[in-house]
Amino acid sequence: MIEHNLPALQVLLPLFAAPLLLFLVRWPTLAWALTTAVCWATFLVSALLLEAVWTGGPISYAHGGWEPPYGIEYWVDTANAFVLLIIAGISAIVMPFARDSVEQEVDRDRIAWFYSAFLLANAGLLGIAITGDAFNIFVFFEISAIASYALIAMGKDRRALLASFTYLIMGTIGTTFLLIGIGFLYMMTGTLNLADLAERLPAVRDTTTIRAAFAFIAVGISLKLALFPLHLWLPNAYTYAPSMVTVFLSATATKVAIYVLLRFFYSVFGVEFSFGVLPMGYVLMPLALLGILLPSIVAIFQADVKRMLAYSSVAQVGYIILGFSFASTLGLMAAMLHLFNHAITKAALFMALGAIVYRIGSTRIDDMAGIARDMPWTMAAFVVGGLSLIGIPLTAGFITKWHLLLAALEAGFWPIAVFLLATSLIAVIYIWRVVEAAYFLERPANAPPVREAPPALLLPTWGLALASVVFGIYTALPVGAAAKAAAILLGGYP
Amino acid sequence: MEWLGLYNYWVVVVLMMAGFYVVIAQGNLIKKIVGLNIFQTSVFVFYISLAKLDGGTAPVYLEGVTAYTNPLPHVLILTAIVVGVALTAMGLALAVRVYEAYGSLEEDEINAQDEQDA
Repeated sequence: MIEHNLPALQVLLPLFAAPLLLFLVRWPTLAWALTTAVCWATFLVSALLLEAVWTGGPISYAHGGWEPPYGIEYWVDTANAFVLLIIAGISAIVMPFARDSVEQEVDRDRIAWFYSAFLLANAGLLGIAITGDAFNIFVFFEISAIASYALIAMGKDRRALLASFTYLIMGTIGTTFLLIGIGFLYMMTGTLNLADLAERLPAVRDTTTIRAAFAFIAVGISLKLALFPLHLWLPNAYTYAPSMVTVFLSATATKVAIYVLLRFFYSVFGVEFSFGVLPMGYVLMPLALLGILLPSIVAIFQADVKRMLAYSSVAQVGYIILGFSFASTLGLMAAMLHLFNHAITKAALFMALGAIVYRIGSTRIDDMAGIARDMPWTMAAFVVGGLSLIGIPLTAGFITKWHLLLAALEAGFWPIAVFLLATSLIAVIYIWRVVEAAYFLERPANAPPVREAPPALLLPTWGLALASVVFGIYTALPVGAAAKAAAILLGGYP
Repeated sequence: MEWLGLYNYWVVVVLMMAGFYVVIAQGNLIKKIVGLNIFQTSVFVFYISLAKLDGGTAPVYLEGVTAYTNPLPHVLILTAIVVGVALTAMGLALAVRVYEAYGSLEEDEINAQDEQDA
């Protein structure tokens, strides 16, 4: 019974728990405990789902017994089970970290509301990944987006408010574009079910309406995933949000949008249409390359480490889109791999930074001078995450860059191989700036004393930092899942 | 007279562009939200227009009627309206808090205050 309803549980667990939290406004610790339990339960569900589709093939779940394509269908295959695992996994790992961090950064009487919004954002993101219905994607996008605006606005700095407002404006334009695109698709095919759309589109493909639908969907989702130059909302939103929100959103929100774009380009419209009839490869590749290069350079000049990592996130989206733009199995595999590897790497980095904020209350590089002596474990985790971000061998980041390199060479773009090496060196520069300040500068004489972060913050941080090393050595799970996911996305719906 | 038959879609285009322009060009946060609402409304009109079938009647089973207007887009738009209301509420709530924090709703004045702090 439960096994059969796993796809529904995946979304409904956090969705139903969110309003329950509002009864616990006076007991923040209890609210935290319930949220943690729900996040680990969703993680378990996502692991079971991945296991089920890995061995048993895709699962179709008809909501309320309304058979697809008439009712809303949840569709789980290896590609989105992998994305579900990333989201649910990050939310489960971030929760032990959240308790101390949130208690310090959010007012006590707002903590339950905060976790409620967090669960809604979580449910929305899981819903986007799992649903097989185009309109449902739009609704879940908005659920997760509205909850994220609230989460970002909870930041202590007043600039968080304007950052959240800008995100709201740009995010809404993005999702409304998506809505227009879905409207055009419905106009031509009379269906909203993704698999059904994929089946009916070829017949009406060579019309202006479908091309317009494609354009609206591509631009709308690109806004959500912060594809350069549509990334303007991201740096401020990540910089001023509470630490835990930055960890969660940086690891999941843009990743889910990328997955949706992959789904539309590869499975719904089909490779032939996206990369053959329409020259998307030649549109995405320059944007991806510029999106890697320019934000990486901007990151070097940031005085605020959180902002620096935010710009680095924009660059990492560039790497994923680069793999995606080759329109080959290998490129797609590199993109899926980087979804996973970047999620754990960036989450580890932002968590280490969250632990630093917990102790010194600042994310400015100047304030971090000499803290490595007093916070050795936190800084060591930051360095491990940084190495993986750069792509040093034996880290997860290297595995992606290696596959990207292979995909570039396979497609005959050897200058891109050189470019990948050069941009990795830029990452060395910006990570080094932090390492230099923390390890080689003296702590200013008038600076307040600092202590090592508490274990509740350190353990999850190290869990992710170690994961970024472990998945750089034992690559069977991510590489296997990414290869299967790539094959499924390229194959379209059965 | 084909352009007249597409009257609804012309309205959609005009509303969409007007709303989009207001969102981009206005520096006032409330006006931005108003623009965003106009922009979204144009999409609602678009969905409702595409459901209309010439000579179609309401989707209630009647003897001798074969052409029905498609009710599904209407239902979709009900959902989208609810989403739009939630977004507007969220945007206005943020605008209130921005006003409390900065004493202004003009984007350039707020940015100027932030630059002074930095």
